[in-house]
Amino acid sequence: MRHLLRRRGALALGAAAAVLLVTACAPPSDDDDKSSGDGAKVATATSAEAAGGMDALVAAAKKEGQLNVIALPPDWANYGEIVKAFGAKYGLKVNSAQPDGSSQDEINAVNQLKGSGRQPDVLDVGLAVALANTKLFAPYQVATWKDIPDTQKESTGLWFQDYGGYMSVGYDSAKVPAVTSVQDLLKPEYKNKVALNGDPTQANAALNGVEMASLANGGSLDDISKGVDFFGRLKAAGNFIPVQATTATVKSGETPVVFDWDYLSAAHVTDVPTWKVFVPSDAVLGGYYAQAINKDAAHPAAARLWEEYLFSDEGQNLWLKGGARPVRMEAMTSAGTIDKTAAAALPQVSGTPQFLSEEQNTKAKDVLASTWAKAIG
Amino acid sequence: MSTLPVATTAAGPVGSEHDGEVRGGRSGWSGRRPSPAWLGVVPFLAYVGVFLLLPTTIVVIGAFGDVDNRPTLENLRALSQDYVVRAFVNSVVVSATSAVLGAVLGALLAYLVVTGRPDGAVRRTVTSASGVLAQFGGVTLAFAFIVTLGNQGLVTLLLEDNGVGVDSAWLYRVPGLVLVYTYFQIPLMVLVFLPALDGIRPQWREAATNLGGTTWDYWRHVGVPILTPPFLGATLLLFANAFSAYATGAALITQGGIIVPLQIRTALTSEVVLGQENVGKALALGMVVVVTVVMTLYALLQRRTARWLR
Amino acid sequence: MSFRVVKAVLYVLYGAFFLVPLFALVEFSTRGLGLSAPRTLQYWREIFDHPELTHAIVVSLELAVITSVATLLLLVPTMVWVRLRAKPLARLVEFLCLLPLTIPAIVIVVGLAPVYAWVTYLSPGALKGSALVLVFVYVVLVLPFAYRAIDAGLSAIDVATLAEAARSLGAGWTTVMFRVIAPNIRSALLNAALLSVALTLGEFTVASLLNYVNLQVAVNQLAQANAGVSVAVAAALLLFTFLLLLVLSIFGGRGRPSSRGTARKGRTA
Repeated sequence: MRHLLRRRGALALGAAAAVLLVTACAPPSDDDDKSSGDGAKVATATSAEAAGGMDALVAAAKKEGQLNVIALPPDWANYGEIVKAFGAKYGLKVNSAQPDGSSQDEINAVNQLKGSGRQPDVLDVGLAVALANTKLFAPYQVATWKDIPDTQKESTGLWFQDYGGYMSVGYDSAKVPAVTSVQDLLKPEYKNKVALNGDPTQANAALNGVEMASLANGGSLDDISKGVDFFGRLKAAGNFIPVQATTATVKSGETPVVFDWDYLSAAHVTDVPTWKVFVPSDAVLGGYYAQAINKDAAHPAAARLWEEYLFSDEGQNLWLKGGARPVRMEAMTSAGTIDKTAAAALPQVSGTPQFLSEEQNTKAKDVLASTWAKAIG
Repeated sequence: MSTLPVATTAAGPVGSEHDGEVRGGRSGWSGRRPSPAWLGVVPFLAYVGVFLLLPTTIVVIGAFGDVDNRPTLENLRALSQDYVVRAFVNSVVVSATSAVLGAVLGALLAYLVVTGRPDGAVRRTVTSASGVLAQFGGVTLAFAFIVTLGNQGLVTLLLEDNGVGVDSAWLYRVPGLVLVYTYFQIPLMVLVFLPALDGIRPQWREAATNLGGTTWDYWRHVGVPILTPPFLGATLLLFANAFSAYATGAALITQGGIIVPLQIRTALTSEVVLGQENVGKALALGMVVVVTVVMTLYALLQRRTARWLR
Repeated sequence: MSFRVVKAVLYVLYGAFFLVPLFALVEFSTRGLGLSAPRTLQYWREIFDHPELTHAIVVSLELAVITSVATLLLLVPTMVWVRLRAKPLARLVEFLCLLPLTIPAIVIVVGLAPVYAWVTYLSPGALKGSALVLVFVYVVLVLPFAYRAIDAGLSAIDVATLAEAARSLGAGWTTVMFRVIAPNIRSALLNAALLSVALTLGEFTVASLLNYVNLQVAVNQLAQANAGVSVAVAAALLLFTFLLLLVLSIFGGRGRPSSRGTARKGRTA
């Protein structure tokens, strides 16, 4: 009798294990109308002409009715207005998920939500993340492809840079004295007041902040250690606080000085009218983000239409309005289609801008991984 | 409704009147063997198996894979680096301290509540508030403390106005983290410990007094032994709760990954240090091991203190 | 010093500890722009400009109800059974009910994603993509808390005697569960329900990483507008949850046996 019970028990366990194994693999995907006729043509189109022209693209997008975007905070380079304008212009519903997500969060969502219908259609990621994940992207060349400099795009259209800015020190002029150089921040007037936008081993913006500090302290982009030293000295002087700088901490006065991209810093003016942005003339570090289309997008036509919109004059000018420099800025300025008031409102930058290369990025993160925690710990 | 009257009336008739149907009753099982012990937990195990054990197994398997998912022990070796060990130590210290503080202060608050009217407004308010605050965390809780005790916090500025200069740097280090964690540990303790206090019968107090015991005797021989198992269990819960708390720490001390969940965040979502996803899973495995160890210690402790009961 | 005075002083101290940070939050949410700007209720008013919040509130309330009921239905019979028939399994159940709390949500989502792929595949048309499927993982997340509360309640009563007595009088298992045991652990069940509701309403990470929209996710979207609104809506949500739990505790606590009530009054232990 106990025999029987044991066998029943073993059978139950075996059944359970089988169920668990099956669940661990992916379910069969329901490829409804994606792989048939016209739908397929647009879904894998590598440009608007290949999709049958802009009108065909718009029609296909309208049929899909939605677009999944991810990690686009409304006050990041004016994405709030861009999303609203796009939705209104084409009558599409834009589902904006995880506004606080990092570039890697976007990739994680692409991988984890594959086939669910909620996976992101388009991505806006840092260059390092884009380069590491090209196998997830679908190639696409927007109508204004020629205007994007060759160094700022992948030749087949797997990724292409969209907007950028310069690393800056933003500060509340009503709470702290004006910042005229990065070394100023070591002075006692800035006690407990300086923060980074994130941890440099975690966030791209913070990494560039430390690199900029390195440049401003006699280092180079190849040698981030001077930047780490600077922040170590800042910490020792009691001027650096490890809290995450957000719009709320800026408004409450807890973080009156923040290292951040100039266009992100500029957005703080809505909460703190006395906020100013300073880009050091001896340390002009620029950084661009990149767009990519998810190969397994749930709404491929809408995704392509989104890219067309972003790289049209209208889209690029909206980014400019948000204080970011659109990638087609040079071409548009020569063509006269640039928004002149917005262009004039950009922070004055003197000196030649430098950009982090992939090797410099890799070297920097290795140094940071081993020294950052100890320096500010 | 005390249990004693029911038991005494049922004890009598069982043997004589219901001979062949002792376990059968109305369920129609008369004569059959009682179901095996594990049958009743099957629904629970099945559910937990699919929605908890399976995801955990997937994570644990990932911990032993490298970037291309080939088997490796490299991730586990990464756990021995000194900044990782320091993070584990910090995590255990913060969790244990906030758990003990929360347990003691929470038990005290629960005791205050239980000595009042069971239908009273005070009890209802405290339990409802505890429900809300026990799950209150993340960015908002961190920010609440920043605007209270930070450099520009209400209390800090108030103290400064009255001549007491305070440097709020401690808020952004381990002591600050402990304080903020205690804020949600106390309400959690109240909610999980209150039912245990509710079970203390006033008759036992009366019986102790009647037998000539003092308050001290009552607590030592009746109160504490009865309450110790649920108290320890609740403390264990508080420890695990603080150990895996992540969003609050991330907002308050975003630099340096000083506790393990923050290192996991860096491993899984960093856009700078890529390809570390499996190290994050190894860290999570490390956390499971730590909590298992703590739980084993707790089980041993329970067994020793159970000697006091009967 | 009499016990009543000590009690009052302690209540005031606890109250101060918990209310001061909340007061600071509300104070921040009424700050105007600039150094000497007047107080403003603008950010609180902005909360009502967002109709998509109502849909998210409804979804989260549905999730809260389903999660608490499902958790109680799953846990209470199991825990009673373990106490009566399967004592050796008690530690296993206790460990399984602690496991969800040992792994941070950002990691558990990595393992949950394939499971949820199946859930989406197997869900009937109307529910596909709905956030209600989060109930499966929320029950798991609530397990540690509900287990502790129910365990505290069960250890305070003599489950074996109650059950045996009821069974010997001819009661089936459902009667034992619902009409004998449950009324005796009422406060434990209520507290477990309170914790479930609060957890569901406050859960953000899992819903966000799986790209579902629940209340906290919607609130987070709204909070992106500006600092004032983000804090105002968080404070408003705390108040809303508190009132909800208060109502729940009033309805859940009705019919408490009067004998226990009168015996407890005036107890100074």
